[in-house]
Amino acid sequence: MANVPENIGPRRLVVGAHYGTRDWLAQRATAILMAIYTVVLLVAYLFGSGGYQGWAGLFAIQWFKILTLVVILSMLYHVWVGMRNVWMDYVKPVALRLLLQTFTIVWLVGCAGYSAQILWKV
Amino acid sequence: MSEAGTKSRPQFKNIHVSQILRYRMPMAAKVSILHRISGVMIFLLLPFVLYLLDLSITTESTFEVLEGFTSQWFVKLVILGLAWGYLHHFCAGVRHLFMDAHWAADKDGARKTANGVMVVSLVLTALVALKLFGAF
Repeated sequence: MANVPENIGPRRLVVGAHYGTRDWLAQRATAILMAIYTVVLLVAYLFGSGGYQGWAGLFAIQWFKILTLVVILSMLYHVWVGMRNVWMDYVKPVALRLLLQTFTIVWLVGCAGYSAQILWKV
Repeated sequence: MSEAGTKSRPQFKNIHVSQILRYRMPMAAKVSILHRISGVMIFLLLPFVLYLLDLSITTESTFEVLEGFTSQWFVKLVILGLAWGYLHHFCAGVRHLFMDAHWAADKDGARKTANGVMVVSLVLTALVALKLFGAF
């Protein structure tokens, strides 16, 4: 048999940089987390006591605030991977793509800050 | 072998966006591009969604402001659009997870799951529309 490269199959080095596996997996993990939260929220909305009291009361519970924050932060990573892919696919000029990626991160970090404020002012 | 008068054949490298609509897109292709479009839409409207959450939980009076705001038909339309975006993105995302697990990953399965995504997301969007516009 000819020389088989060592870095193949189960011996392939899959840690380091630029394999895309982390972002691929992070999108799936964050998606599942968000799906679970969606179901929780839907149940709360449909079967909870309606009106302001029931709804705001849910978000007054400390662990629910933390859960919501974690889900929002997960969403931001999920969105980052998605938007980065969109820019990568359609924007070839590097300077413009860098600008758009920066804008995306600024936008998402802003949303994170706004979310934290919303959750903790009640 | 080709003879002396070499015919230059047209080369097709990438399909340019201006030519895309002249190709027949299978349902899977439509689901896929809508998955992307819905994702970008949610990204752009995210601050608006957070604003709605803000109004809904801050105080009783901001809740009432929200109720007034969302009673307007064009706001309801935007919310319906967001609901469709989220539902489509969610259902197409589940289809991605199926593909990752190698379930229904052949051509026939791809067609069936793509159709399933469209049916489920549009039916649920219709339900949201009915709820938003007061049918129940």
